[in-house]
Amino acid sequence: MKEFKNKGDKSTKEGFGEGVVVIGEMNPNVIGLGADITASVGMNLFAEKFPERFFSLGIAEQNCIGVAAGLALSEKTPVFSTYGVFAALRTTDQLRISVCYNNLHVIIGGAHAGISVGPDGATHQALEDIAVMRVLPNMTVLSPCDATQTKLAVIAALEQVKGPVYIRFGRAPVPDFTFPEMEFKVGKSQLLCNGNDLTIIATGHLVWDALQAAYTLNEQGIKARVINMHTIKPIDEQAIIKASEQTGAIITAEEHQIYGGLGGAVAEVVAKNIPVPMEFIGMDDSFGESGKPEELLNKYKMTSEYIIEKAKKIIKRKLTI
Amino acid sequence: MILKKITSTEQLRRISKEIRKSVLISLAEAGSGHTGGSFGLADIFTTLYFNILNHDPDNPDWEDRDRLILSIGHVAPVHYASLAIAGYFPKEELLTLRKLGSRLQGHPGREHGLPGLELSAGSLGQGLSVAVGMALAGKMDNKKWRVYSIHGDGELQEGSIWEAAMSASNFKLNNLTSIIDRNDLQIDGKTSDVMQLEPLADKWKSFGWNVLECNGHDHSDIIEKINQAKKVKGKPTVIIAKTIMGKGVKSIEDNHLWHGKAPSKEQLKDFLIQLEND
Repeated sequence: MKEFKNKGDKSTKEGFGEGVVVIGEMNPNVIGLGADITASVGMNLFAEKFPERFFSLGIAEQNCIGVAAGLALSEKTPVFSTYGVFAALRTTDQLRISVCYNNLHVIIGGAHAGISVGPDGATHQALEDIAVMRVLPNMTVLSPCDATQTKLAVIAALEQVKGPVYIRFGRAPVPDFTFPEMEFKVGKSQLLCNGNDLTIIATGHLVWDALQAAYTLNEQGIKARVINMHTIKPIDEQAIIKASEQTGAIITAEEHQIYGGLGGAVAEVVAKNIPVPMEFIGMDDSFGESGKPEELLNKYKMTSEYIIEKAKKIIKRKLTI
Repeated sequence: MILKKITSTEQLRRISKEIRKSVLISLAEAGSGHTGGSFGLADIFTTLYFNILNHDPDNPDWEDRDRLILSIGHVAPVHYASLAIAGYFPKEELLTLRKLGSRLQGHPGREHGLPGLELSAGSLGQGLSVAVGMALAGKMDNKKWRVYSIHGDGELQEGSIWEAAMSASNFKLNNLTSIIDRNDLQIDGKTSDVMQLEPLADKWKSFGWNVLECNGHDHSDIIEKINQAKKVKGKPTVIIAKTIMGKGVKSIEDNHLWHGKAPSKEQLKDFLIQLEND
């Protein structure tokens, strides 16, 4: 089995920031918008490089979304980045009507995604953003797994998406293990590890943990398939149906509420097409709290150890059907 | 072809009457919709579409057109009637308002393909931000086109309006003119009873705007104030237009109960007669 190696820890936020600079270079109509937290949401590089194309709108996220809509209606491609909690929840109505109903090409960055935000605590840990974003018609939802892929996701958001697109990324340095040569195709998941005993469908930071779980399981004779679901919407139905057919058991893993997130999205496809046992790794309908990222991931059972535990459980369930 | 500007107030008044008539007929046919605000804004829409805006009904996406953002989507009937009379689509289509499959949605929805709509809108408090984004884009590219936005007075109770207001003056958007339909009414009653807006002009001034007031039923006053706004440097202009909800049909004027109501088929005849005699 070919194993992915950590090239060094790097936050997905950094990948986002680098990606925004790249698309700024690619297209002079890319405009950056900020709501005061420029550096902590990865927009500082763009703001420094293209000061004439970066607008600080102050702590006023609802206005940011509306201004982005106005720019998009005037041949610009705005990139607005803020914390995921605000992007998805403070501005939901503006997103729904001004951006999504008008189907405008607005790129929205959602920083501080997941429990691994750490000590800032529950208010700043975006754990509902996937659910909110994916329910909005016309919205594309991207959740890349590491810094390298987040950069590619930003480029894909410019080149491959015509309407509104949300890119979710985290704060903590996490293993950077994918390669720029690995094509990022919106809506097409990546098979990172093949196996037929069960499938782990993961998104964001937990893709790395899913891989670690698969490598350990492999040593124990259990062949787990690992799918990187970097696009939550439109979701790669074919890959999910194939996983159901070929492996008969699916675990989802995400730093997000299980309700409405990746788990919910995958379950919808599974139930509609070929029902198989499922297990879910993610927040179980609660708020987070302060702590170090690794402490929180452990407390809320979002590590490779818990994925392994679920894997053994689901294989038993599969055999009793 | 760019629509020729009409300067005769007599002629503008006739168009306003035609717009109001079309609004009444389309609302009666629809059986629901917002009569009061549509009537109150008919003179302002007439002035914008037939005197102020540079626009081309044959080429709705003409890149140098002035942009009109309707923030209060519920007065769509007056917007639709103005567009139809200006030549964007056949007037007969006004009879499809609010019906299944129509391009004339209850609140404007661009995805249904009606030409001339700049924005799908209906949730109050959003349009000013969009207008700011457009004006900012125009400034960046040194465009001559201007952005106009239309707001209700009740809508100003939305906090997002003031976020947008702050940003418009921050960016010195003198290519933006916002018009407030100041009829002092909202669904629950008088705005002054529901939530006090006064001193309204002072609020806008303190947010860094140039503030003008006009009689929203006097075409020449509206034209004069909008043309004044064009000359202002370094700040956006808001025009507080004093209007009467339901203006043109005496029996429904200044009555908040007509905010979200359409005339019945029986009332239609009576209202058309009242309109004719107005």
